[in-house]
Amino acid sequence: MGKYIVKRVIAAVITLLVLITVVFFLVRLMPGEPFTSEKLNPIVKENMIKYYGFDKPLIVQYFQYLGNLLHGNLGYSMKFTNKTVNYIIGSTFPYSADLGLRALAIALAFGLLLGILAALNRGNKLDVFCVILAIIGTSIPDFIMGAFLQLVFGIKLKWLPVAQYTDFKHTILPSLSLAFYTMASVSRTMRASMLEVVQQDYIKTARAKGLSNLRITWKHQIRNAIMPVITIMGPTVAAVLTGTFVIESMYAVPGMGKYYVDSTNNNDYSMILGMTVFYGAFLIFCNLLVDILYGVVDPRVRVGK
Amino acid sequence: MSRKKNVRMPSGEVVPVVPDKLDPELFTVVGRNTARMESISRPSLTFWQDAWRRFKKNKPAFIGMILLALYIILAIFAPMLSKYSYTAMDAANRNAGPSLVHWLGCDDTGRDIWVRMWMGARVSLTVGFFAAFINAVVGAILGGLCGYYGGALDMIMMRIVDVLYGIPSLIITILVMVVVGRGVHTLIIAMCIIGWIGSCRFTRGEVYRLKNQDYVAAAKVLGVRDFIIIVRHIIPNIMGMLVTNLCMAIPGAIFQEAFLSYIGLGIAPPNCSWGILAKEGIKLLRVAPHQVLFTAFFICTTMLSLTMIGDGLRDAFDPRLRGTE
Repeated sequence: MGKYIVKRVIAAVITLLVLITVVFFLVRLMPGEPFTSEKLNPIVKENMIKYYGFDKPLIVQYFQYLGNLLHGNLGYSMKFTNKTVNYIIGSTFPYSADLGLRALAIALAFGLLLGILAALNRGNKLDVFCVILAIIGTSIPDFIMGAFLQLVFGIKLKWLPVAQYTDFKHTILPSLSLAFYTMASVSRTMRASMLEVVQQDYIKTARAKGLSNLRITWKHQIRNAIMPVITIMGPTVAAVLTGTFVIESMYAVPGMGKYYVDSTNNNDYSMILGMTVFYGAFLIFCNLLVDILYGVVDPRVRVGK
Repeated sequence: MSRKKNVRMPSGEVVPVVPDKLDPELFTVVGRNTARMESISRPSLTFWQDAWRRFKKNKPAFIGMILLALYIILAIFAPMLSKYSYTAMDAANRNAGPSLVHWLGCDDTGRDIWVRMWMGARVSLTVGFFAAFINAVVGAILGGLCGYYGGALDMIMMRIVDVLYGIPSLIITILVMVVVGRGVHTLIIAMCIIGWIGSCRFTRGEVYRLKNQDYVAAAKVLGVRDFIIIVRHIIPNIMGMLVTNLCMAIPGAIFQEAFLSYIGLGIAPPNCSWGILAKEGIKLLRVAPHQVLFTAFFICTTMLSLTMIGDGLRDAFDPRLRGTE
């Protein structure tokens, strides 16, 4: 197990390094420069170019960046010139993660529950209800979902606030909007997987042994059926926790999401790279976690044995 | 072997089930019809015929297919047949609600939403279908090679996939825009650069599973060439799943287009797509909610149809479900 993790971490570091290299050179191919959008005094601009090291050869800049990265330093943002990328990510990530965790909790709890209930009641009204809910959930783009929740619960019914992110009441609508799609796909996957598992021989064996239905469902069916859900959770967790542009901008959540779009629009090279490194590392970590979780849930695929 | 010959009825009367003696006169010899004996009573169905037969029986999937066909026809003909142009503005009808003159009402500059809806459908459906199709084919080929040959090729490809997955898609979209200009083709190319990853991973897993099956081993032992094994044994077995996957990938591509349009990286105005219509509609949510409502309706029903078709295809292609309905 330890050997496997070390191997995976080494592979992850190499992947990240290649990713940084590719993105480092790609962003410089984009049209425009970081300091063009502001009405800058030419002398100030020259100083800034010197300060950020743009006058040096590209390859020198690259190794300088890597050197800084080794110290955990992602550099200064080129748009918000008085802030470091570390500071921006550090101050916005908690909001995104908070929103993401709430959404994930809702999505997993209800998604799994609906999927299991639907599969256990295959063909009757409850199943049809769950299936329709799941299909609707995967059919509506998040910005339309967000807009409708705002319109109905915020503006028409006036039950919940539509923007800002302060206390619990403010978190409900954004978490629901973010959770809906994931919930729908979790419940679909879980239902399909439960129906697949119920045909397996070990379920017949368990039944033949005379185990109770509850025990069969809990110990044999759910435990085996949850594997595909774990697989889809890796990229989903990374995407949901590191912020989503649409939902965060719609509900005025001060999270990371807006920097994905803003940094690209402003040619804020260090910010783009910082976000890429952060998201890439997070994604690789989540996928590693998923692979380890496989072994916990299913001893047959336990690695390194 | 002892057989019960008598049954006691509830009334207490004992009735013989089998008469003691059967009269041979009751029977006639029909003989053997050797010609009909060996004939197959039902027409034999190929895999595709069988799948199509079962797909037709699946009502939601069939309705989904008809609805999607209707939308495609409307997208082609509705803008031609309407007397309004999708760019013509009419100041008198700004934010007008649905009426007999403007079927779905007008937007904030008085443009007819019915025509704009189907002009948007042209873009959204084209991008969705083409991007998903190219991604499915490229991903299937690369994923198939990785899964079948494994080893160093697989190792390198999977690392490339990991790296591509991490590159922000906005950067790729902007770079493609620089190279080929703005338009529908830009969106398709940008989506194809990283979009094949999903179907590549999926196909790789499936092929990896299949190549260890006994019939592939048997073919190998018989000396069948790799190419023939792939074409004859592996592809037919994953075809169903690939087609289903393709159906499920189209909504993803339409969502992606909508997202890019939403943040202003889609096609240039005055052209429109469903993403742009939704974006414009959300701004007018409190003034004229009909615009976003209609857009949402068409986006959602299209997604719904595709999901239904995908589900129907998955069931139709799954031989284990044969005869269960």
